[in-house]
Amino acid sequence: MSTNGKAKEPLLAVRGLEKYFPVKSGFLVERTVDYVKAVDGVDFEIAEGTTLGLVGESGSGKSTTGYCVLQLLKPTGGSVRFDGEELTELGNERLRKMRRQMQIVFQDPYSSLNPRMTVGDIVSEPLVVHGIGTRKSRRESVRQLLDVVGFDPTYTNRYPHEFSGGQRQRIGIARALALNPKLIVCDEPVSALDVSIQAQILNLLRDLQRDFGLTYLFIAHDLAVVRAMSDTIAVMNQGKIVEAGPAEQIYTSPQNEYTKALLTAVPVADPRRQRERKAERRRLKHALTEGF
Amino acid sequence: MDGISFDVEVGKTLGIVGESGCGKSVTALSIMGLIPKPPARIVSGSVEFEGRDLTKLKDSELENIRGKEIAMIFQDPMTSLNPTLTIGTQITETLTRHLGMSRSEADRRAIELLDEVRIPNAKARLKDYPHRYSGGMRQRVMIAIALSCHPKLLIADEPTTALDVTVQAGILDLLEELRQEHQMAMILITHDMGVVAEAADDVVVMYAGQIVEQAEVLELFDHPEHPYTEALLGALPSLEGESGREARLASIPGRPPDLLNPPPACRFAPRCPHANRQDSCTTEPPELRELRPGHWVRSAHPACERAAVAV
Repeated sequence: MSTNGKAKEPLLAVRGLEKYFPVKSGFLVERTVDYVKAVDGVDFEIAEGTTLGLVGESGSGKSTTGYCVLQLLKPTGGSVRFDGEELTELGNERLRKMRRQMQIVFQDPYSSLNPRMTVGDIVSEPLVVHGIGTRKSRRESVRQLLDVVGFDPTYTNRYPHEFSGGQRQRIGIARALALNPKLIVCDEPVSALDVSIQAQILNLLRDLQRDFGLTYLFIAHDLAVVRAMSDTIAVMNQGKIVEAGPAEQIYTSPQNEYTKALLTAVPVADPRRQRERKAERRRLKHALTEGF
Repeated sequence: MDGISFDVEVGKTLGIVGESGCGKSVTALSIMGLIPKPPARIVSGSVEFEGRDLTKLKDSELENIRGKEIAMIFQDPMTSLNPTLTIGTQITETLTRHLGMSRSEADRRAIELLDEVRIPNAKARLKDYPHRYSGGMRQRVMIAIALSCHPKLLIADEPTTALDVTVQAGILDLLEELRQEHQMAMILITHDMGVVAEAADDVVVMYAGQIVEQAEVLELFDHPEHPYTEALLGALPSLEGESGREARLASIPGRPPDLLNPPPACRFAPRCPHANRQDSCTTEPPELRELRPGHWVRSAHPACERAAVAV
């Protein structure tokens, strides 16, 4: 675990974060009749160089939280302090500068890469946008970045469709690393990948964290994957964090009923153990929620 | 897909597990005779269901078996229901088509079926369109439709992959209950070793269009023999036991082969940690062989033989 004992301000501190989406109704003249509280008063912080795993089921608000942290969605309320700056109050220009420090890796390596751009252009785009380096130095940066993520740099002139999901996710990670960020929001980075490829990408993300001191907000629905990646965990349900704490504590002695239900619902790859877990799950059945 | 053989016993669940593109869904579609021909061709082999070979039946005969004696549910309950028809219409369609029920009989039976798959307030919900149902509820409707003619075999192709884990648990419980109640056999196709561990009696592991290992479920997880099965189990981050934060995950290098141009001998050899030197497995394709009663493996280097060599 990468706690270095020094008490310092966390790299990211989120307080009372809210994101409400209006529900509109009416013909010709629309008016807001209600709000969907996608994120409803979320607090967490992440120390530099560590990973917070944000878990929850679909619709729990975990991805919306990630987007609000990066100000890709404007939060309805609350505070997001990153590296000493209050992001919710920054103007566009300052925010653009701050964005160098915060990047995102998306779930779907098939739709998050522009199919008309070459691998080299995709990875160098952040550098171009932020006016970093010359054409020549950028070409060299791209080679280094691709090398770091284990992607053969001789393929920079190829297009994304020529590669498998795992290789595309490496391209997405190289793009996220291009500006040498401090924080990377990983939004379900391996859920579209097969198990054998998933392990490669998880190992890569851990190596990058170790080598570059990266801080991750790791958003995923797969509890086993989150456990393998996280120092601390926050469990989200219906827009709220229902339980948070050191990773092992959440997995070994969950306190919240929803967390318990979520943990026992995951089938483990051990038939004997799974029989016991199934019995446990049925005992907890009343706590299982299923929307209609 | 190439040389697949397996049996499903009455009332048992066979799990077919493998990664995307390994041929597990194609296997299921072939059983149902749903593979578009051309381009695909069933070159050889047979699918025997209660003594009849399904590959030799005429389309019209097959249609009577499909849906009635063998039913299928798919991964995505969103796209397998027709969004423009009410749930009720879609359930009664099967009942009138296969069982020759009258409208009112079919309506009554549809309510029973929705009750059976634990959809509350069934009568009112029959009039709803699919978009009013959640993913889990839609999959329950698909199961209701599949069950409507009391099939003897249910083929479930990734039935819970699109669902949240808590919803998945409910669907797996439901399938198990219904299977026992109706003495129905099931082929459960999945990529998730956890789902296999929970629901299967027997397991087939597929890789690159072939069966690489086949055994009873406890035997398979206790003594995986094929290097691919071992690697697949090793690559899973664990939910219980020692913390996984520090340990590296055992990943499988490379990726599955291109099936248009598969490796000449063992299809796993290019990624296999045990294939080396002038090994036979890089020159001739290994046969599926029975290492122990009921435990079949297609590898020149199953775990038990490697252990023997090491000693």
